[in-house]
Formats: sequence, structure tokens, C-alpha cells
Amino acid sequence: MALLEVEDLRVEFPTRRGALLALDGVSLEINEGEVLGVVGESGAGKSLTGSAIIGLLEPPGRVTGGQIRLEGHRIDDLSYEEMRAIRGKKIGAIFQDPLTSLNPLYTVGRQLVETIRVHLALSLEEARGLAIELLGEVGIPAPERRIDSYPHEFSGGMRQRVVIALALCANPRLIIADEPTTALDVSIQAQIIALLKKLCREHKTAVMLITHDMGVIAETADRVAVMYAGRVAEIGPVKRVVKHPKHPYTVGLMGAIPMVGHDVERLTQIEGAMPRLNEIPAGCSFNPRCPKVFDRCRVERPELMPAGRDAEAACWQFDKEARRG
Amino acid sequence: MTAYILQRVFQALAVMIVVAFVSFLIFNFVGDPVDNMVGQEASFEDREAMRDRLGLNDPFVVQFARFVGNAVQGEFGISYRLQRPVAALISERMPATLELVGASALLSILIGIPLGVYTGIRRYAISSRIILTLSLAGVSLPTFVIGILLIYVFSVNLGWLPSFGRGEVTHVGWWSTSFLTVSGWKAIIMPSVTLALFQMTLILRLVRSEMLEVMRTDYIKFARARGLPDRIINFGHAFKNTLVPVITIIGLNVGSLIAFSIITETVFQWPGMGFLFIQAVGFADVPVMAAYLVMVAAIFVAINLLVDILYFVVDPRLRVDRTVTSGSGE
Amino acid sequence: MSDNPLGVTRSESLLQRILDSDIYYSFSHSPITILSAVVTAIFFLSAAFAPWVAPHNPFDPATLDLLDAFTPPAWEADGTSKFLLGTDDQGRDILSTIIYGSRVSLIVGFSAVLFSVVLGVGLGLLAGYLGGWIDSIVMRLADVQLTIPAILVALMIDGVARILVPVHLRDVVAIYVLILAIGVSDWPRYARVTRGAALVERNKEYVSAARVIGVHPIKIMLRHVLPNVMGPVLVLATIGLALAIITEATLSFLGVGVPPTQPSLGTLIRIGNNFLFSGEWWITLFPSVALVILVLAVNLLGDWLRDALNPKLR
Repeated sequence: MALLEVEDLRVEFPTRRGALLALDGVSLEINEGEVLGVVGESGAGKSLTGSAIIGLLEPPGRVTGGQIRLEGHRIDDLSYEEMRAIRGKKIGAIFQDPLTSLNPLYTVGRQLVETIRVHLALSLEEARGLAIELLGEVGIPAPERRIDSYPHEFSGGMRQRVVIALALCANPRLIIADEPTTALDVSIQAQIIALLKKLCREHKTAVMLITHDMGVIAETADRVAVMYAGRVAEIGPVKRVVKHPKHPYTVGLMGAIPMVGHDVERLTQIEGAMPRLNEIPAGCSFNPRCPKVFDRCRVERPELMPAGRDAEAACWQFDKEARRG
Repeated sequence: MTAYILQRVFQALAVMIVVAFVSFLIFNFVGDPVDNMVGQEASFEDREAMRDRLGLNDPFVVQFARFVGNAVQGEFGISYRLQRPVAALISERMPATLELVGASALLSILIGIPLGVYTGIRRYAISSRIILTLSLAGVSLPTFVIGILLIYVFSVNLGWLPSFGRGEVTHVGWWSTSFLTVSGWKAIIMPSVTLALFQMTLILRLVRSEMLEVMRTDYIKFARARGLPDRIINFGHAFKNTLVPVITIIGLNVGSLIAFSIITETVFQWPGMGFLFIQAVGFADVPVMAAYLVMVAAIFVAINLLVDILYFVVDPRLRVDRTVTSGSGE
Repeated sequence: MSDNPLGVTRSESLLQRILDSDIYYSFSHSPITILSAVVTAIFFLSAAFAPWVAPHNPFDPATLDLLDAFTPPAWEADGTSKFLLGTDDQGRDILSTIIYGSRVSLIVGFSAVLFSVVLGVGLGLLAGYLGGWIDSIVMRLADVQLTIPAILVALMIDGVARILVPVHLRDVVAIYVLILAIGVSDWPRYARVTRGAALVERNKEYVSAARVIGVHPIKIMLRHVLPNVMGPVLVLATIGLALAIITEATLSFLGVGVPPTQPSLGTLIRIGNNFLFSGEWWITLFPSVALVILVLAVNLLGDWLRDALNPKLR
């Protein structure tokens, strides 16, 4: 059984011109201790999937279908209070901008201690000890001194380290990291990603790494889910997806990445842009941009289906293959 | 810390000098003080003698220096209308105004802030919508209309509360207070409610929009993602972050209360500085107007200074020593 | 170079924005907003056509009869249907004085807002577009004035003007002094908004381009910056109208506003206040209620407008 199972998840935003379907049947699994990368253009529904999993969709957005199961138990139908007990304790989260993720008016120590004591039955002293330990673990120098510093007294990279410590402090089973390095200096991005990976390996924490940076995924993730227009287009092991992408969208995506050791004259580019939520075409949502489009794609919507070894893609090409084989 | 406060004090002094100058211009050049004092019938020689005696023939700078010197000592000349020293008039009336403003400030803060926080947190609740709609009515009710309505209901119809004056006042040193007698307490209820209502609704609405603003921030989202209980998020994290703007609001609020006390004092014939001032405006009693302007400016500047220092206490970012920040880079 | 052809599309987009379906939708789905629009319209129309709408001309001494004085409202025992809301101490019909009074209130309110907008937007454009020391001076001034309540500024200006103007002219110029005082007291809000927008626009490519090819700076500001501040200024001006009406009423109530010969709602309340204790409550209460309803309706409209033009602010 996977640690986290998302099955046919639908998220809607009601508007006066009818509901906008922001997530339309997203399915994915994350195994214990595994790093699942989630990639896609902005608006593809990556972050929304993350928010739906931790139960923090911005109103008026709401889950209207499907299931989310953590360790086999449904968590999408829990009350706010029940879900709150899971957040931080079982599922941690890291957001994009470390500069704004910390409350500017409290010391990092206070924010750590308060989070620790909400989830673990520790005394003030013990919690402070754990906080110092965590700060040391995420690579803050002189943690026993820096614990009483305010967020503005840290640099961006250091702040993101504090955020990671905060996300890890109750030793959660899963961390949802939503673009954790996008706001950081390029030179620091790699350090933070390496740190995240190391810590999660040590703590046996699974990670859902949301990013639009395929490079980060290729280096970090075990498996990758490619999202397009509120759906998962393809999911599978990173190496396979990078080397042998199946879904035409993934093929285009990989073609747009410069690869070391590949003598490609020019990078290919997908024509057009992702449709807006209120104008998603019938059939496969990628069909207007797809180089391999055929009649069925314009009418019927493909679900994820086996597409060779280790591969699942939502594309009718593979349906034909399945029938032939 | 010291540098920050010193800077603020200098700014405050600069503002005071500007105000003193404006006040001096009004005092000396708006209308002819001699006209006002001796009347139309006085002869030219009388006038010149008067001018000399008042120092109006001295150079401009000397006159201004003398004005500032006098103002610092609380000396603003003689009221045209009442023929008494302005300083005495003001010091007699100041306690009444300050007690009224103090009571109203407490009322508007103690009711406005909790309601603002509540409507900010329970954004979609029916009770919040009702409070908000009522608060808009509060903003639309001019202070003097509130006063008249209260007088009509509680004095004219029910006869419960006095419609004018401070009741029986007790003198404690030079201060006169209405808080030591029952009639004093009864007398201050309606004026303070009248004065507080408008400010209360303003505070409520501003606190609410600040709360909504903070609730949208990333650190509140992150606090939720860490599983902190709502109680801690709302009061520990969100409310504390609204404090800086709220302190500003309260600072401005006290300033407004002083301004609007003019109206309340007129409606309830409250014997304070505002009532004195409005009579001075009506009679073109320049010394009283100039003195009031300087007094009110002094109070404003003092409040603003206090607000600046409070910022410093609330927000650690202002306390930062720049060398520490730059030293912590990676 | 000819006139910027964009000018046409810009004014069109402004019109579109006002008539945009979102705004129309939020209007038609908010009964309170519709109600306040209707109330405001009634006030505006009756004020504009006061001589035809009002049942009596309260300021024509020939029609006044002191025997009619202190008639209570029509539904009271001594009331008469001739004077729906009763009469005052001089036998003037209260309903008519309210209609004429709101006319004065609205004229002063509108003129004062117009004054503030022109002054504030003008100074804001200058400060934002020219920058430098002009910007510092204007914005410092605005900051300082914003810390002083508008009513106090208005009172001071009114007081000073009162001294400067010879006694026999005071009543004649009172209304203009009032407009000036209220107008000056509220300009900083407009200046801030406009300056902000001007700063943003100034640095955009097309503005630099226009400058390089020698389009007059005033033309640039009017064509490119002004349309961008119309929305926020409209919201501020609506709320400003409510504020100006309140300020005018307050000053008149304090006895330093419009003269009794030309009473506004505030003056009427002031006059009526003298009779509150002797039992003639209607003389002060009806003008008060009219004032509150007018201000509330305008405030509700402003509130709705702000939400409709900027849903994020909710």
C-alpha cells in the first residue's frame, strides 16, 4: 500500500458563470520514503493538488470528487480540526517564498517551539532542545545562538532552511514542497534541494516536490508526474520519463530542455499555450497542440493507461498498442 | 534605538516650529489685532501707541522669536472676546476635554478592536455582515446627529441623563474631574458615547481589513500548514501583525477625537477647549484660535511620537542593527 | 506625429470597464446597492428641481404665516396635510426646507469634492510625473495634512477666512469659503492615489517613447496616466462626497458654515436643536434623518463601487 493515494481528485471553483474544474480527475501515488516530482506549466494544477492534499484549498475552491488516502485512511473528508492534527504531524509543507513564510514578529525559536509543542507532548525545555537540534540538522551555524534571532536576521537560503526545520519538526511521513527553491538565488537552490533530499532520506520522509523545473526533478525525484490542464498526463520513474517520454506533451517538454551530451541542433518547442480553465477542449485537453492528434483525441478523453514498461500515460496512442498487443 | 528616537524627536520639533509659524502668522497678520482691541473709533496716535506697546512695530524675526518664547511659557495673550489671559482659559478647560477624549478613546478601542478582529476572522458569518452593515451606518451618522438623537431619547423623553455640562466636578490640584461624582459620571456617558461611536466604527473597519490582509499572507498559510490551532493563528500570529497599523490607527484616532470633541462639546455644552475654540472662531477671537492650534498640534505631535516609539516595541524589524543583518548572509 | 490613436481605444475601454458585466452583475444582485442608488437619485433630482418639487417655497416671506408656526407633522393630533412634516418657528414647511436644504448640502458637497479632486489629482500628477523636490514637498504636505483631521483643517480655513473677509460680505462669501475649506481639507487622498499611478506609468516604455518623440508632458499625463486613476478616484470621490456632506453639515451645525438665510441640512438641524426641549422635535429630527439617509446611501454606493472595481479589497 502506498503512503499517499490520490484517486480521481476533482477540485472546483464555483463562479457565477458556472464551476471551473481546476483539477479534473487527478490520480497519483506516493510510496514511503519516495520523492515524487510533480511538473507542469503554471496553472496546470500542481500547487492545487498539493493544497488539496493538506486540506488548505483557498476558498471558494473545494474538493468535489475523488479520494485522498493517507496510510490507507481517507483524509479528504475529515473535519477541519481532524485535518489540522494531521498537518504538520503527518504531512508537512514547504512553500515557495522563505522570505514570507515566517512570521516576522517572532523569533524562529518561538515558531519552532510552538509547532513542536502543538504536535508532540514535550516540555518547553525539551521542545527548545529539539528546536536547536533541528536547526543544527538543517545546517544553521551556531543554532543555540541563532534560535533567538528574528527571521529578518537570516538570509533567504537560511530562512528556507528554517522553514524546512519547521516542516520536519514533528517528523511527518510526507512533505509537500511547493516550488521550494524558486524564490532563491540560483547558487543556493542546489544546496537546499540537496539538504531536503538528505534529510528526507534520513527521516524516511516521502516528498511531493512540486516544481516547473525539470532539471530539479531529474536530479532529485524517484518518480515524476507530469500535469497538464488539471490532469496527470504521464507518470513514471524519472529516468524513464526523461529518456523515453511517452505522452506527446512530455515529449515536447523534454525537447525543450537542453541536455548535456545530446547533440541536438535546436530545442523543440510545443506550439500554442495551455488552455484556460474555462476553455478546455473536448476530448484530450492537449489535442489542439498535439503533433500526433487523431480523431478519437478530439472526442474522447483518455485516462491514465499503461504505456509500456514502468509507464502510464493519458494518451490514446497507447490504447491502440494495448489492443494490438 | 537612541538614534531612531532622536530623529523622531527632531521631526516633531520641526513640525512644531512650522505650526508655531502658521499660528504666529494668523496671530499677527490676519486682521489687525489693534482694530480688534481698541475698536474702530480710536485715533491714529492711540493705535500707534498700542502697536508700540504690543511690539507690532518690531522686526518680523523679533516678533516671531517673542511669539515662540511666549508660547513655550504658555503665554498666548488676552482673549478678545473674554478679556482674560488665553493660557488661563485653556488650562481651565483642558481637563474637561482630555477626560472626554480619554473616555471616548477607551470606548472606541475596547469595542472597535475586538469587533474588527471578530469580523475579520469570521468573514462570512451572518453576525459579521450585520456588524459591518451597522458600522457603515455608524460612519454615516454625523457626530452631532448622534448627540442630538441621544439627547432626544435619554434627556428629553426618558429624562435619565443630563443634556449639558459636566455634572458636579471635583478639583484635584489644578485638575477638575467629573469622575468622582455620580452626576459627573452620568454627564460624561452621552458625550463620550457620541464621540466614540464614529471612531469605533472606523477602528472596526480598519482592523477588519488589516486582519483580512494578514490572513492572506504566506506566513499565516504556512502556520496553518504546520497544523497550528486557529486560536494561536488568529491571536498569536494574525492579530499581532495587525498591531503596527492598528497602533497608527489609534494614534490618528486620538487626534480625530480631539478634533471631533469640538462638535461633541458644542452639542452637550461641555466646558472644554473645543467649545472655547468654536466660540473663538465665531467671534474671530484670534489669540484663542492661535493658542488652540498650537495646543492641538502639540498633542498631535506627542501622540505621533508615542506611536513611533510603540512601533519600535512591536516590530523587531525596526530594532534591527544593520551590521547583524548583513553579517548573517551565506 | 499625430495624436495617439490609442486615445480612442482607451476611452472605449474605460466605458467598457464601467459597463462591464461584472460590475453590472454585482449591481443588479445587490438589493441594498439598488436601493441606495434610488435614494441617492431621489435626493439629487428633488434637489435639482427643488422649486417644482417642494410643496412650498419656504424662503418666500409672502407665503409664510407665523400662525402656521410649530405645526406638528400631519399624522400628529394638531397636524395638517398642508404641512406633511410640520413647520418650524417661522411657519416654514419642514419638507420644503429639507428639499431646499439638501440642495445647498449637495451643491457644497459636489463643489468641494470637485475642488479636492482637481487639486489632489493635479498635485498628484505633478508630484508623480516630475518627481524630485516637487514630489517631496507635495507628499510631505499631504502626509502632514493626513494626520490632521479634515474637519479641523476646514475649521481653521473657515476661521481664517472669516477674519479676512469684511463683516458685511461674510454671508455672501460664506458658501464659497465653505467649499474652499472642505475642498482643501480632503485633497491628500486623491494626490496619493494619483501619484502612485503616475509613478507606475512614468516608467513604462511607451511613456518614455512618447517623451522622446516630444509629446508634451501634460498631454502624456492626461492621455496615459489619468485614465488609470479614474477608477480609484471615482471610489474615493463617492466616499468623499459623503464625507463632504457630513463636514458641511457639521460646520453649519457649529454655526460657521452657510448662513441661516440659505440653510443647508446642517443649518436646519442647528436651528431645530433649539426647540428640541420644548417638544417640537420634528424641526430638528426630520432634517437629521434626511441627512443620515443621504449620507448612508452615498456611502453604500461608494462601498459597493470599491468592491466592484477591486474585488480583492473585500
